[in-house]
Amino acid sequence: MRNREKISGNIDWVSVTIYISLIVIGWLSIFTASAGEDVTNLFDISTRYGKQLMWIGLATVLAIVIMIIDAKFFSTFSYVFYIGLMLILIGVLFFGSTVAGSKSWFKIGGFAIQPAEFAKFATALAMAKYLSTLNVDMRKLKTKVISIGILVAPALLILLQNDTGSALVYFSFILVLFREGFSGLILIAGIIMAILFIVTLLFSELYVIAALVLITFILIFIVKSLRRNWKPIFGILVLSSAFVFSVNYAFENVLEPHQKKRINVLLGIEQDLRGAGYNVNQSKIAIGSGGLTGKGFRKGVLTRYNFVPEQSTDFIFCTIGEEWGFIGVTVLIILYLILLIRLVILAERQRSKFSRIYGYGVASILFFHFTINIGMTIGLAPVVGIPLPFLSYGGSSLWAFTVLLFIFLKQDANRLNVL
Amino acid sequence: MYSKDYSSRKNIIIGVFILIALTFIIRLFYLQIIDSSYKLSADNIVLRKVREYPPRGLIYDRNGKLLVFNEAAYDLLVIPRQMKNIDTSLICELTGIDKPTFIKKIKKAKRYSYYKPSTFIKQISKKDIGSIQEKLYQIKGLYIQTRTLRQYPLPIAGHLLGSIGEVNNRDLEKDNFYKSGDYIGKSGIENYYEKYLRGKSGMSIVEVDVHNRVKGSYSNGSFDTIAIAGQDIYLGIDAQLQLYGEQLMQNKKGSIVAIDPQSGEILALVSSPGYNPNLLVGRERSPNYSKLLNDTLVPLMNRATMGTYPPGSTFKMVNALVGLQEKAIGKNSEFSCKGQLSKPIKCTHDHETPLALSGAIEQSCNPYFWNTFKNILENPKYDNSHTGYSNWYKNVVSFGFGKKFKTDIPFEVSGNIPNNDYFDKVYRGHWNALTVRSLSIGQGEILVTPIQLANLSVIIANKGYYYSPHLLVQMEGEKEDIMPEFKEKHITTIEPDNFDIVRDAMLDVFEADHGTARWFVLDSIKQCGKTGTVQNPHGEDHSIFIAFAPMDNPKIALSVIVENSGFGSTWAAPIASLMIEKYISGKSQRTALEKRIMEGDLIHNSKNE
Ligand SMILES: [Zn+2]
Repeated sequence: MRNREKISGNIDWVSVTIYISLIVIGWLSIFTASAGEDVTNLFDISTRYGKQLMWIGLATVLAIVIMIIDAKFFSTFSYVFYIGLMLILIGVLFFGSTVAGSKSWFKIGGFAIQPAEFAKFATALAMAKYLSTLNVDMRKLKTKVISIGILVAPALLILLQNDTGSALVYFSFILVLFREGFSGLILIAGIIMAILFIVTLLFSELYVIAALVLITFILIFIVKSLRRNWKPIFGILVLSSAFVFSVNYAFENVLEPHQKKRINVLLGIEQDLRGAGYNVNQSKIAIGSGGLTGKGFRKGVLTRYNFVPEQSTDFIFCTIGEEWGFIGVTVLIILYLILLIRLVILAERQRSKFSRIYGYGVASILFFHFTINIGMTIGLAPVVGIPLPFLSYGGSSLWAFTVLLFIFLKQDANRLNVL
Repeated sequence: MYSKDYSSRKNIIIGVFILIALTFIIRLFYLQIIDSSYKLSADNIVLRKVREYPPRGLIYDRNGKLLVFNEAAYDLLVIPRQMKNIDTSLICELTGIDKPTFIKKIKKAKRYSYYKPSTFIKQISKKDIGSIQEKLYQIKGLYIQTRTLRQYPLPIAGHLLGSIGEVNNRDLEKDNFYKSGDYIGKSGIENYYEKYLRGKSGMSIVEVDVHNRVKGSYSNGSFDTIAIAGQDIYLGIDAQLQLYGEQLMQNKKGSIVAIDPQSGEILALVSSPGYNPNLLVGRERSPNYSKLLNDTLVPLMNRATMGTYPPGSTFKMVNALVGLQEKAIGKNSEFSCKGQLSKPIKCTHDHETPLALSGAIEQSCNPYFWNTFKNILENPKYDNSHTGYSNWYKNVVSFGFGKKFKTDIPFEVSGNIPNNDYFDKVYRGHWNALTVRSLSIGQGEILVTPIQLANLSVIIANKGYYYSPHLLVQMEGEKEDIMPEFKEKHITTIEPDNFDIVRDAMLDVFEADHGTARWFVLDSIKQCGKTGTVQNPHGEDHSIFIAFAPMDNPKIALSVIVENSGFGSTWAAPIASLMIEKYISGKSQRTALEKRIMEGDLIHNSKNE
C-alpha cells in the first residue's frame, strides 16, 4: 500500500496530463473524421471512434500495469524484450499479413497488430541497458559498432517488411548517442549527409562533387590553420564524394518507384497532383482552410467529405488544422514541445544511467514521429506514413507509445530508490 | 577512469526541439493565415464529388462482330440535406412515382446519409430523362448521373456472356474498388473477366454555389481523375454460328458445343431453351430474372456445361482407343455377336457377324465393346482386373473426362468417371469386368458434359491432343497472353496411329451404305461422326451426336445433345451436320432439312408431357 501511494505521489503529473490531453484531442479528431450525421452509440466498435475508445481503455490498463510492476523489471529484462521482438519481426516476414503494401501485420481474429511499433521501446531498453553497463567506454570503436548494431537490426528487419517510415525512426537515436558522448560530429555529419542527399537529388552528382572540391580549396586557401591539417580535410572530401555517388545509386536501385516519386515531389522535381503529391496537397488545403480559429468541432467540411486520404491515421493533423485553425495547431505543437522538453529534464534528473538513456530514447522517438508526421502534412517532409504519437487512429501505435512513455515515467517515479 | 560530463548537451537537444516546433508554427502561420490560395471558404463554396463511370469493355466475337455494347442510362441522385422547399408533386409527376413511394425513397436516402448523394431513381432511359432535365433547376438536391447499361445486338449467348448487376455487400467487402451502386459482372464472361472489363472510375470535383448550381470544376480540374474505359474482349464465339445453333435448337431441350480443334476456342455454346440476354438488363432485370428462374424448362441453366449425361455409344470409341493403346485388341480383332441373345450385354442392332473394329463402331455393336473392355481389364500385362481397371481409368481421364477444364467457361461441372476406390466401396472389394460391364458401352456410373463430349471429338480430330476449351481469344490492350494456360497442349495417352481406324469408322458413319448418318453426307465437306442414344428412364431417350470436319484438316468439332428425341440420327446428327456446313461454307444449301429442324418442336408436342 505504501508503495502505491509513493508511485502516485512521485509520478510526473506534467507528462501524464499532456499524455491524456493528446489522447483526448486525438479521439475527438478521429470522431470528427469517422462519425456520420447521427451518432447513437460512442462505443459502437464497428466505427473507428468506437474502436479507438476501446483501445484507449486498454492503453490505460497497460499504463497502470506498468506503474505497478517493479521498476527493475524492465532494466533486468531489457535484452529479453529486445531479442523477443527481433524474433517476432523475423516471424512477421514469414507469417505476417500485408496491409497497404507493408508486410508488417499479425492478424489475430478481426484485429491486426503491428510488431514494428513495439520494437521501438524494446530497442530503447536494449540501448539503455548496453550503454549503462559499467565498463562501456564510449570512445572505443567496439562500443560504437555495437550500439549502432542495436539500431540497425530492427531497422533492417522493418525495411524488409516494406515499411520505410518505421525503419527510419531508428535514425532518431542519434540524439541519444550524442547526449551520451558520441562525438558532436555525429550530429553535424548527419546534417551534412542530409544536405548532400537533397542536393545530389536536385543536381547531377558531378556538379555536386565539383562544388565540394571548390569549397575545400577555398577553405584551405582562406583559413590558414587548415593548411597544416589538410589530410583529414581531404579525407572528408573523399568520403563526401563517395556518399554522393552512393546516394545516387541507392536512389536509383534501392528505393521503390513510389518512394522515389514521393521524394521527387517533395523536392519539387516532379509535379504530381494525382499521385504522391495528392495527399499532401489535399492536406495543405484542409489545413489552410482552417484559418486562424478553425471551422469548429465537427464543422470541417473537407474532413467530412473524406477530402484527405488517411485522415484518421497518418493525416490526423489536418483534421485539427481544419477544425481548430492556427490557434489549435499551435497549442498542439506547444503541448508536444513541453512534453519533449519535460522528458529531457526528467532524463537529466535520473540517478541511474539506464533510466537517463532510456528517457532520451523516449524523447528522441517521440520527436522523430512528431517531426516527420507533422512535417509531411504541411509539405516539409516526405510522405513516409508514420503515426502522430497518441493522436493517430490505431491500437498498435497507441499501445506502443503508451508502453514506451510509461516505462520511463515508472523509472522516474522510482528514481529516489536508486542508489 | 576518465569520464566527461556531457549533460550540457541537453541544451543543444532542447534547442533542436524548439527549432523544429518554431519551423512548424511559422509554416502553419503562412499556410493558414497569410497564403490565401490554400483557403476555401466553406460558406460560399461547396465542393461536390462527381463519380465518373468508365465505359465497360465491349465484347466481340471471333470475327470482330459486336456481341455486347453499352447504352447510356441515367440515375437520379438525391442529397437530402439540400432538399429545401421542394415541389413534391412536380417530382412525382416528372418521375412517375406516387407520393408514398417518394417519401419512402427519401427516407431511405436519409438513412444512408444526409449530405452524401444516393440513388433516388435508377436507370431512366434517354427518352424520359429529357423532360426531367428541363425542370431540374427547380428542384434542389436532385442530380442526374450518367450510367451505362449493357445491350446485345443479337439475342444470343446469354448463358456464356452472363450479366452485370449492382454490387452487393459481399462484393463491397471483398474488394474496395467498388462503391455502393456500382455494377459488377455477376456471371459468365462478365464475371470471369470483371477486372479487365470494369475499367477504372474517375472522380471530378465541382464547385457548387448556394443555389446548387455547378460553378465549374474545382481548381481547374487539377484534382480530378479521369475514368479509364474497360478493356475490350474478343471471344472465340462465331456469332452467326451461335445464332444458327440457337435457331436449330429452338423448341428443343439440349445443347450444342462447337470447338475449333486447332486452338480449343469455343465457336458456339448453345443451351436450349435459352433466353434473350436483353431481358436481364436495367430495371427489367429483376422481374425477368425471377420469371426465368421459375420457368419449369430451367432456361437459366447452362446445359452445355452443367448437364451431365451417360455418353452411350459415343464412348465406345474411347474404349476402342484405350483397347488399341493397351494392345488389348488389334484393329483386326473380331468378336462374334449373337444379337439380342448376346451375353452379358445384348446387341441392339442387326448385323453380320463376326465384325472387326471398324464395322463394330459403325454398327455400334455392344458385345464387341464388352469384349474390348473385358480384355483391357483382364490384360495379362497386369496382375488382376483391378490394376487393369485403374489403367483404363488413367487412360480415360487423359481425355479430360471426370474433371473440369477450369477455364473461363461459366458454371462447369466435372461429370464422373468412377475410380477403383468407388467400386471397392460399393462392392466391398469384390468386383471385376463383369460387375462394371455397363462402362463398356458408356452407361452405368459414367457421366459426361456436352463440352467434354465435344472435346472427345476434338481429340479424335487432332489424333490425340486437345487445348482446354475456352472462350477468350484476345484481351485488348494486353501485350502478353493473359491466360497462357489456354495455349497449353494436353496430350492424351493414346498414340496418334491408333486414331486412324476410329476416324475411318467415323467417316463411314456419314459415307458408308449402312452409316447411321448417311442421309446428311455432303459432297464438299468430308464429315466424321458418331451417333449415340442415351437411355432415359424418365421418358424418350436422348439423342447424341459428336462430329468433326473436314476430316483431313479439322476446323470444327462438336457435340449435339437433343433430349427426349429418340435415336441420334433423327435430330442430333442433322443438327451437327448443318452446323458444320454453316461454319465451313457460310450457309446451308439444305433448306428443307434446315426448315424441318428449326420448326421441329419437341417440347410442346412431346408425348412425355
Ligand atoms: Zn452386335
